[in-house]
Amino acid sequence: MDIRLDGIGHSYDEFEVMRDITLDIPSGQIVCIVGPSGCGKSTLLRFIGGLEKPKRGRILQLGDPPTGCLNPLTYIFQDFALLPWRSVSGNISLVLEDHGIKGAAAKTIIDDVLARTKLTDFAKALPKQLSGGMKQRVAIARALAVNPAVMLMDEPLSALDSQTRELLMDDLVELWTRQPFTAVYVTHNLAEAVRLGHKVVVLSRRPGQIREIVEIEKPLVAREFGDADLDHAQKHLWQLMRDEARVADAELLHG
Amino acid sequence: MDNNGKSVTFRGGGFAPQSRRWMGVLVFVALILFVEWSTRAGWISSLSLPRPSDVLDTFRQLFDSGLLFKHLLPSLTRLFVGALIGASIGIAVGIMIGLFSYVRSGLVPLVAAIFPIPKIALLPLFVIWFGIGEGSKYALIAFGTFTPTVVATYGAVDNVDRTLIRMGQSFGLSWWSIVRKIVLPGAMPGILSGLRISLAIAIILLVAAEMLGAEYGIGAYILEAGSLYDLERLFAGVVILSLLGVLISALIGMLERRLLGWRT
Repeated sequence: MDIRLDGIGHSYDEFEVMRDITLDIPSGQIVCIVGPSGCGKSTLLRFIGGLEKPKRGRILQLGDPPTGCLNPLTYIFQDFALLPWRSVSGNISLVLEDHGIKGAAAKTIIDDVLARTKLTDFAKALPKQLSGGMKQRVAIARALAVNPAVMLMDEPLSALDSQTRELLMDDLVELWTRQPFTAVYVTHNLAEAVRLGHKVVVLSRRPGQIREIVEIEKPLVAREFGDADLDHAQKHLWQLMRDEARVADAELLHG
Repeated sequence: MDNNGKSVTFRGGGFAPQSRRWMGVLVFVALILFVEWSTRAGWISSLSLPRPSDVLDTFRQLFDSGLLFKHLLPSLTRLFVGALIGASIGIAVGIMIGLFSYVRSGLVPLVAAIFPIPKIALLPLFVIWFGIGEGSKYALIAFGTFTPTVVATYGAVDNVDRTLIRMGQSFGLSWWSIVRKIVLPGAMPGILSGLRISLAIAIILLVAAEMLGAEYGIGAYILEAGSLYDLERLFAGVVILSLLGVLISALIGMLERRLLGWRT
């Protein structure tokens, strides 16, 4: 299933935050969206998943989600959004219960996604017992459990320290390599974008528009920490964003 | 390396009170012993404060004569039924206020208007509505527990982490599932601490409820003793109410430990 953004624009009152964003998210690819703070990249992600409505334009699903897909558009949040009163497996079963998947069927799915995210030993732990990286792994496992057509990742690694971030990036690459998934990955971290993105979409500052789409040809598995090609791409991205980021930083916030 | 420098003085610490077991009991015991000693020594005349040992004696008589349970049972029933009605309606209304804009706009001012009314003042009204029997007593206690429960509950619902609700929506959970599995457990800490207050108010109102036409009941017992200036009995009754309060608080503490073990 592909996603097409068709002329998305948005404004709060008279204040334009996004203008004419048209973008294709092809199946099986990770599309990273980067941009200076306040360019509306997280808002764009909420549009794609239907958590907010854009003023202008449409979000289209092209084709049908794969069979067995319980929740085609599935988020992974920056702050993990785990229910603190449920254990790791309870948090995953939460998203299955509403589809009537309980008991043994649920257990099969939970065991599978926990194994894929290396969490098997933590099934009974409560979120408060887990480190940030582990919590995000649980959130990824939860997303995998509903077999999504597109994963919508909102700065998923931004709340983590840089070492954990490296480890999780490796995990994501491994997950993708084993079974390619479609994802829109919003981040302000260019290193993450060049490491995980097949395409990197650079947004301008407010009103957010597409400045450039950078394709990175190198296969995900071949990308490594401190890769020269990636450094090059990252430098290019930074040059695109630098001045905008400076102006955006100096702007007054509009509450 | 030269090791003769001055060591840095420690200036952190403090500001983190911890529970010290038995300290609470110690304060009670010390206070009672002090009163006992002063009344015996004649510092305090037995007219102004009864001797704790006499109160204990009265209590024992109450227990031996079987009157204790005769008074305690109807009171506990009134407390239980009244508080159950008030708290459950309060929690339900509080959740509705927390969830629906129209209910919120319509009921928050109303709750604010009835909160400060001394419910005791409405006792005649309740007698007219529900009769002189148990009905009016349940109603008074229920009404008194209702308002603080509503306020605590909708505050608690407001404080439920919105990102968790967005998460529920993003996974396509039904409205009812979100309320049951995310909003309610998320509001539970606030609801339980609200219950501590509401149930204490219920005990206060128990005495008021038993002012009218109650033959038996801790409140009736206290009021009768009070009108006779029988301080020993008055204190025996008050102690029972205090113990009841401590017991309820302990029960809620247990409930909190069971239900809220997930809190950091």
